[in-house]
Amino acid sequence: MNTQDTPLPLLSVRNLSIDFHLRSHVLHAVRDVSFDLHPGRTLCLVGESGSGKSVTARALLRLIDPQARVSGGTITLNSAEGPLHLDRMAANSREIRAVRGGRIGLIFQEPMSSLSPVRTIGAQIVEALLLHRKMTKAEAKAETVNLLKQVEIAQPEKMADRYTFEFSGGMRQRAMIAMALACDPDILIADEPTTALDVTTQAEIMDLIGRLQASRGMAMLMITHDLGLVAEVADDVAVMRWGKIIEQGPVDAIFHAAQHPYTKRLLAATLQLDSAPKRVPPATDSKPLLSVHGLSKYFGGHDWRGRPTYSIKAVDDVSLDLWPGENLGIVGESGSGKTTVGRMLLRIMEPTSGRILWRGAPTEQDVLQMRPPELGQFRSAVRLVFQDPFASLNPRMTVKQVIADPLVVSGALTGAALEERVGTLLEMVGLDRSAMERYPHAFSGGQRQRISIARALALDPRIIIADEATSALDVSIRAQVMDLLLDLQKRLDLSFIFIAHDISVVRYFCDRVAVMHQGRIVETGAAEQICTAPEHPYTQSLISAVPNPDPRDRRMLHRTKFIA
Amino acid sequence: MLGYVFKRILLMIPTMIGISIISFVIIQLPPGDYLTSLLASMADSGQTVDATEIARMRANYGLDDPMVVQYWKWISGIILRGDFGYSFEWGRPVSELIWDRMGATLSISVAALLFVWAVSLPIGIYSAVKRHSIGDHIATLFGFLGLAIPNFILALTLMYVSYKYFDQSVGGLYSPEYVGADWSWGRVWDLLKHLWIPVIVIGTSGTAALIRILRANLTDELSKPYVVTARAKGLSEYEVIMRYPVRIALNPFVSAIGWVLPQLISGVTITAIVLNLPTAGPLLLRALISQDMYLAGSFILLMGVLTLIGMLVSDLLLALLDPRIRFT
Amino acid sequence: MSDTHPTPTFMILPSDGEETGPAVSPLRPGQNPDAIAISGQWTLIRRRFFSNKVAVFAGIVVLLFYAIGLFAEFLAPTSPTLAQPTFTYAPPQDISLFVTGEDGTRHWEPHVKGYAMTVDPASLRRSFAIDDANVIPIGLFVEGVPYKLWGLFEMNTHLLGPLDPTQPMNLLGTDSLGRDLLSRLIFGTRISMSIGLIGVISSLIIGVTLGALSGYFGGWTDIAIQRLIEVISAMPTIPLWLGLAAAVPIAWSPLQVYFMVTLIVSLLAWTGLAREVRGRFLALRSEDFVTAAILDGSGQMRVIFRHILPSLTSHILAVVTLAIPTMIVAETALSFLGIGLKSPVISWGVLLQDAQNIRTIATAPWLLIWPSGAVVLTVLAFNFLGDGMRDAADPYAT
Repeated sequence: MNTQDTPLPLLSVRNLSIDFHLRSHVLHAVRDVSFDLHPGRTLCLVGESGSGKSVTARALLRLIDPQARVSGGTITLNSAEGPLHLDRMAANSREIRAVRGGRIGLIFQEPMSSLSPVRTIGAQIVEALLLHRKMTKAEAKAETVNLLKQVEIAQPEKMADRYTFEFSGGMRQRAMIAMALACDPDILIADEPTTALDVTTQAEIMDLIGRLQASRGMAMLMITHDLGLVAEVADDVAVMRWGKIIEQGPVDAIFHAAQHPYTKRLLAATLQLDSAPKRVPPATDSKPLLSVHGLSKYFGGHDWRGRPTYSIKAVDDVSLDLWPGENLGIVGESGSGKTTVGRMLLRIMEPTSGRILWRGAPTEQDVLQMRPPELGQFRSAVRLVFQDPFASLNPRMTVKQVIADPLVVSGALTGAALEERVGTLLEMVGLDRSAMERYPHAFSGGQRQRISIARALALDPRIIIADEATSALDVSIRAQVMDLLLDLQKRLDLSFIFIAHDISVVRYFCDRVAVMHQGRIVETGAAEQICTAPEHPYTQSLISAVPNPDPRDRRMLHRTKFIA
Repeated sequence: MLGYVFKRILLMIPTMIGISIISFVIIQLPPGDYLTSLLASMADSGQTVDATEIARMRANYGLDDPMVVQYWKWISGIILRGDFGYSFEWGRPVSELIWDRMGATLSISVAALLFVWAVSLPIGIYSAVKRHSIGDHIATLFGFLGLAIPNFILALTLMYVSYKYFDQSVGGLYSPEYVGADWSWGRVWDLLKHLWIPVIVIGTSGTAALIRILRANLTDELSKPYVVTARAKGLSEYEVIMRYPVRIALNPFVSAIGWVLPQLISGVTITAIVLNLPTAGPLLLRALISQDMYLAGSFILLMGVLTLIGMLVSDLLLALLDPRIRFT
Repeated sequence: MSDTHPTPTFMILPSDGEETGPAVSPLRPGQNPDAIAISGQWTLIRRRFFSNKVAVFAGIVVLLFYAIGLFAEFLAPTSPTLAQPTFTYAPPQDISLFVTGEDGTRHWEPHVKGYAMTVDPASLRRSFAIDDANVIPIGLFVEGVPYKLWGLFEMNTHLLGPLDPTQPMNLLGTDSLGRDLLSRLIFGTRISMSIGLIGVISSLIIGVTLGALSGYFGGWTDIAIQRLIEVISAMPTIPLWLGLAAAVPIAWSPLQVYFMVTLIVSLLAWTGLAREVRGRFLALRSEDFVTAAILDGSGQMRVIFRHILPSLTSHILAVVTLAIPTMIVAETALSFLGIGLKSPVISWGVLLQDAQNIRTIATAPWLLIWPSGAVVLTVLAFNFLGDGMRDAADPYAT
């Protein structure tokens, strides 16, 4: 992989600055950014949300929003015909259009919304071919099939006539790649190409991109927030924060000899998750606090006579135990049924069959047999923290009203005592008491998630179900929120059910992990054992597909595959 | 696709029954039944009818039957024999009176629909693409005005303007010399000369509404990632807009048949009364005022059915246009 | 993977030191962010609404119209039913502020010019011309036709009128019976504007009742009500309105007819409201924060009234505002066709009935211009107002 730097880079960006002219202020989204792209090499532009990395990538093709303006800098594409100054071309001129798709290809995060839903995949690729390569329609069609074959789509002839909604997420991204590569571009820009995909699909897609890049000798600019992925694929790395590249260099130097404090923090937050847990698992000799037996949820359609026409086993015969003080992780990819399990535990959704035994009350009770007053008590002992910190807080209530709502409903506290309790809760989650008069819109995502946690704690719960509670947060915030939860657990004698798709998060947080796949639990075991020595082939493939944030130990591309 | 068509038609049936019930209720609403009004009008003209004759007629028309039976007799007559009942004012079966008029209503509505499409499509696209340009502001202003001016006021105003400044009478669909004439190029030209006013009058509010909808939809679509993808391919701006976002923003255009058509039929009704066009409107109003209820009810029923058919057509077209609907 | 790593060729860029957030340059001196942090939804909605100047202006126009309706007796120069047989189809008079005396000096005396009548000997039709010599002084707060304000207070003061009540002042002209159009228009405002308001309220009551029934019972009730909404919205409105309005017995009192017409108008308009409210309700019901409220132990009523309705009110207000002009136009259209309100009740539609044929419009265009102007202006104002309210209704949308 050690290619000698060519003296003349393929693409060279110097001092690029972009301003967004918003209603009340000018946002300097990109400031003085410089980097080079070389053939056959991958530069990763890494940063958290709002760092300006996506805007930078799009600016290379002059594809930025109308309210954004390039306020300075140069973009030079070096080619056989001499240097092309992309920054000097008019926004939709013929010259820049020849570069788009022809010289530089682009892949986006959301393959579903990045392709038109009303035209066939084939038609959208054919269009690109006709535009940049001198081909007849028939030749373009044949080439399209060939391209789809190259991106490893089965039955390419048939799939070319299909629409995006008939494809799975991974297949859509493959089609997107085929389109971006249709005209043999010199440079591929991939903007968070796998963020919307499951980890095993991500590994496949990155593998494919890597092989295509190598065979074509393309330069690649990859935009991502995931340092693990960076370590797996990058040759060079540029770290962006608030519009500036604060540090750039070869991948090994960034990961093993970072200079800038922000890079160090970012790496620490990522590596922290990967370090072995320091937790001592609680004793499991007593009876579990919560036991789930044979929980199932079938979704089915039926015709007008009530006869079933189909049935989907969203959750199939799931059994779990949670001991007091334990952190249980439920991990799985999208569609594995993990969220449905969480919702059924609180009976937000009614299971088709199964039993949920609750031993937090004086007598053992089946949650599914509970009537409203008992169910209310159960729900005050078992609380939920939602994934989306923006949707889960009523924007029309002050923080005090939000946190106090469960207390008001139960009538436990009123007046000054209520206010005192809310203040204590806020301090407990690391927020200032003065936050209580504010509305949720005044807080950032991480702060809002703290408010959600305060609400969950209001009723002195025994169990907190955290449904992807950290997945909407940036990596540095994510670690803070998890540390908060662990700290609270020590002080308040809590148990957690932690539902997540991210193995590293689960490994950091949990004592035991249940791995779900297609509605079933395929494996349950100690977190460390699941992550280092998984037994079930699916778990093995899942674990091996997780990017490792160390460029000296790239393992994602040497993963084991699981064929269901 | 065939399954979809079948399902869609099946779904229409309950709505159709609902419309027929509403029409029947309207027939029954006025106090007394049509025999009472018939007797009243006969008494006015000095005729007298003896009691046995009245009783015989009551039995004949089934006026003493329960409502359900009366409804059944009425609706089965329409479905099985095309018998819409009897117009007492005209002394003829309703079915002899309605078809010409409904035909004229339909033609003007369709003409207005084409007008609405032809005008709102380019303006809507322009407005969305050149947001906040002067042209967009003018279109927006026109949109607001178009929505604010009721049909009949616009009709009256145009009538006044063309009378005062162009010295042209605008009532009716033909100049007097062509009213009963055979079809000729002259007659067609004369028809077109008269048709533009009702078409503009009826189409204006629909046009304004569609421009607003298209502008809003297209603005949304323009910011979708697939538009950036299309640009990143190297397509020209015109190709990008026409092949991608416009293609999707067209959906409301097609589905517009479903809700613009009832509006247009409404519009034709009242505009025709003002402009004295030979459509269903004036006859319906007259029938309602003179409580010629079978005639009135038939018109209302047929107008409802017409809009339902419009909705069906729009749904089917939409399915053709958008594979996402076709496949689910 | 090679073991030898290239020597780090670092470009350490100038450290951004204590930077704590994205770089922004304010375009104008910023507001205190704390003020926004502690403002509730109504403060945010108000702020957003008031920043929309067109909507605010439209709101003022709407309020003005309601004020005119409220104080019609006082604002109208004369009684709307007072016929002046000698001044049929008299044209509008202009207000002049100065009178030029015989010596050529101008002095302050607000006045209108009287009419000179000529009779066409052939058709025996009367026509009027403004007679410059005939000065009719006018003034503010003059005594005129006595009235009972809101049926309570005996008064005879009018905002504007001729100093001599027996002299004609018809600023907008007169109709076929010589009644003052301005006074009739002002009284028409009362009826037309109130029909919009009452109609929307009854629509809302019908919609909310049926919506609640449909939500509460679910199952077949829900299906039936949804079907009903579908059927009603499939019907072309005007023919249906005509059908219903024609059934109103002729013998009914004006008040009964007024309420019946309002009811008929709202009978068809509730479906749109119900649909909108139902859609938003269903969307809100699946929001995370509502699920959170259920898990917090809130009962159904508390969830609806404490969590869902507050999010809905601003939207309902906007939808209702946008529905009012439909009602006003519906009444106007029905009355215009002669099957809505009828004389002696005065509404804009009733006024427009006088402008039905081209001959009348040609003789007295003011009979068309002013009432339709009032209708269009009102509808415009309501639309702009409603649009502004709708844009401001969800201050949390990004």
